[in-house]
Amino acid sequence: MPQFAIIAVSILFDGLAYAMFLFITSVGLSVTMGLMGFVNLAHGAFAMAGGYIVVSLTRNLGIGFAPSLAIAAVAVGAVSVVFERGLYRRLYKATDLEQVLLTIGLAFMAIATATYLYGPIPKSVPLPPWLQGDINLGFRAFPTYRAFLIVLGIVLISVLWYGFEKTNIGAKIRAAVDNRRMAESVGINVDLLFTLTFALGSGLAALGGGLAIQLFGLSPSFAVLYLVLFLIVVAVGGLGSLKGTLLAALVIGVIDTAGKYLYAEAGGFFIYAITVIVLLIKPAGFYGRE
Amino acid sequence: MKMLTWAGAAALALTVGGTAQAENIKIGVVVPFTGANADLGQQIDKAFDLYVKLHAKDIAPHTVQIVKRDEGPPTGANAKTVATELITNDKVQILAGFAFSPSAIALAPVVTQAKVPMVISNAGTAWITNLSPYIARLSFSMWHHGYPMGAYAFDKIGCKTAALAYTDFPPGKDSTEAFKTGFEKAGGKITESIPLGSPVQVPDFTPFFQRIKDSKPDCMYVFIPSGAHATGVTKAYGELGMRKAGIKLIGPMDLIPDNKLQDMGDAAIGTVVMGNYAVDLDNAENKAFNEAWHKEYGADSYPDFMSAASWDSMHAIFDTIKKVNGDLSDGGKFIDAMKGWTGKGPRGTVSIDAGTRDIVQDEHAMEVIRKPDGKLGVKVLGTTKAVKDECKELKIGRCGS
Repeated sequence: MPQFAIIAVSILFDGLAYAMFLFITSVGLSVTMGLMGFVNLAHGAFAMAGGYIVVSLTRNLGIGFAPSLAIAAVAVGAVSVVFERGLYRRLYKATDLEQVLLTIGLAFMAIATATYLYGPIPKSVPLPPWLQGDINLGFRAFPTYRAFLIVLGIVLISVLWYGFEKTNIGAKIRAAVDNRRMAESVGINVDLLFTLTFALGSGLAALGGGLAIQLFGLSPSFAVLYLVLFLIVVAVGGLGSLKGTLLAALVIGVIDTAGKYLYAEAGGFFIYAITVIVLLIKPAGFYGRE
Repeated sequence: MKMLTWAGAAALALTVGGTAQAENIKIGVVVPFTGANADLGQQIDKAFDLYVKLHAKDIAPHTVQIVKRDEGPPTGANAKTVATELITNDKVQILAGFAFSPSAIALAPVVTQAKVPMVISNAGTAWITNLSPYIARLSFSMWHHGYPMGAYAFDKIGCKTAALAYTDFPPGKDSTEAFKTGFEKAGGKITESIPLGSPVQVPDFTPFFQRIKDSKPDCMYVFIPSGAHATGVTKAYGELGMRKAGIKLIGPMDLIPDNKLQDMGDAAIGTVVMGNYAVDLDNAENKAFNEAWHKEYGADSYPDFMSAASWDSMHAIFDTIKKVNGDLSDGGKFIDAMKGWTGKGPRGTVSIDAGTRDIVQDEHAMEVIRKPDGKLGVKVLGTTKAVKDECKELKIGRCGS
C-alpha cells in the first residue's frame, strides 16, 4: 500500500474514533437546545459525573468497564430528570442569559463537588484486557480501544437513527423540534417528550464522559474544559438535528486529526477554522433551521 | 485560604528568653491547587509542609508562618495576582513554590520592585533566574536534563535521529532547544519538532505521535509539564506500539514522575530519562525522606522530583534564616546570604551557584524497569556530578543577558 494511503487510513481511523466520542457526548446537547431552545451549559458536568461513576465502579467496586459505562449512563440519565423537573423547567420561558447563569452555576458546583469527593488529581480507569493493545491489519496496527469507540459509535447511531426516523416517539420529537406550537396543538405532550429526550441526552453524555477517561484523563475541570468542543459540534451541526450533529462530529473529528497530523505546527487551530468557515456559509449550521 | 502556624518554637523562645529577638517570618507559597495540573501543587506543598513540620525547631527562636495561595492555570496571570496580594496585603517576606515558568516570568518584575526573595521549587525555563536578582532556583533548568541528554542519547542509547515533541509554552521550547543543542553537537540529526498544544489541558497525543511513528526516527524526545500529561504520553506511546516499531521514548524526568509511575504500566518500561531525582536514588537522605513521606502521607503516596526540590528549597530557606538570624528587613541581603548555600537532601549534595543563583546538582540517566517486587522503578545508568545550568554557562539566547 502506498505511503499516502496508509496515512489517509490512519487519519480516518483516529478521526473517526474522535468523532464518535464527540457525537455521543454532544447529541443530547443538540436535541435539548433544538427542542426547548434551552442553553444547557451543565451538559459537560453530566458527562463528568458519568466519568466519575465509571471510575468509582471500576476502581472501588471492581465492576467491569463495559457494565460500568452502562450503569453510569442509566444513573446520570435518571438523576438528570430530577434536575430537569426541579430546576430547568422553571426557566424554559426565561431569557438565554438566565438559563446560562443557572447552568454554568450548576457546572461550577459540579466542579467543586467533584474536587471535594475525588480530589483535583486526574483519574484513570483500568481497562479490561480485551480493550488493551492493538489490532494488527498487516499494513498497520490500530489501537483496540479506538476501534471499540468506532464500533460502539456506529451501533448507537443506528439505534438513534431508527428511534428518530422509524418510531412514533421519534416522529413526535421531530415534529416538536420543527414546530413546537403546532405539535402541542395536535396533542403531543412536548413536556414529557422533553423530559425523556433530556434524560437520554444526559445519559449519552455520561457514556461519553466514561469513554473520554482513556483519551484525556478525568479531572473536575472536565465539566467546563471540553464544553467548548461540544458547543462547537452543536453549532456547526445545527440545533436539534441528529444528522447535523453526526456530520459535524465527523467533519471536526477528521479534520482536527488530519490538521494535527499533517500540520502539527498549527496544532489545534483547525477546529476553530472549520467552525468559522461553516458558520459563515451556513449560520444555522449544517442542518439547522435558517 | 489555608494558614499554618508553628507557634511552639516561639513559646519556647519566650520562656528561655535569649538575647536574640524571635522573629516570625511569613513565607508565601504559590502552587497550583486547582485545574488539570493540581497534582504538581500537591507534590510541592506536601514537601514544604513535611519539612516545616520536622524542622521548625531548627530555626528557634524564630518561627515561620506559611500562607498558601493557588497558582491557577499555567498562564502566569493568576499567579501574578495572588503573589502581588501576598506581598502587599499579607506582607510575606519570602515567596516560594511556583510550578510553572509563566508564573515565575510574570512575577520577576514584581519581586524586583518589592525586593522580596523568590525561591523557585519547580519552574524550569533556563533564563528565569536572569530576570531578577531576587530569584533563587532550587529545582533545575531545562538545560540540566535536556542538554546532557543530547550527547547521552547519541552515544549511549544509539539515537542517530530524533523527533522532538513539546508542550507549547516557554519550558517546552527551552527543553527541546537544550536537547537539540547537545544532540546536534554530538552528531545527531533532528527530524522534526512538533508542538503539542497548550499546557492547560491534556491533549489526545495520538495524531502527533502517529505522525512521528510514520517518520521512523530512532528516538522521540518529549517534554510535557509532567503530571497528567505524562500519563497521557505513555498511554498514547503504548497504544500506538511505538516501542515495538523501534522508536525509543526519551526525555527529561518529567515523563516519569514517581507519583504517576505505578499507573503507567508496561508501556513505560524502557523509557530513558535524564533527571535529578527518583524515589529509587540510593542515598541516606533520600531513604529518610521517603520514610518520612510515607509515614505522613501513606504508603501509596510517593514524592517525586518536585517534592525533592521543594524539600531542598525549604532547607535552603531555613539555613539562610539561621544565617541572617531572622533578619528579613532587607530581601537583597537574604538572597546574598543564600548564594553559595550547600546542603544534603534527597538528591544528594546540591548547592546554589553564587553567580547565577541557580542550582548545581548531580544528573542521572535513568531507565524505567520492573523491579523484583513487581513495582515499576528506575535503574540509574550513569551519573554526572555537580552539573550547572549549561544555558547560562554557554550564554545561549536569553541566558546570556
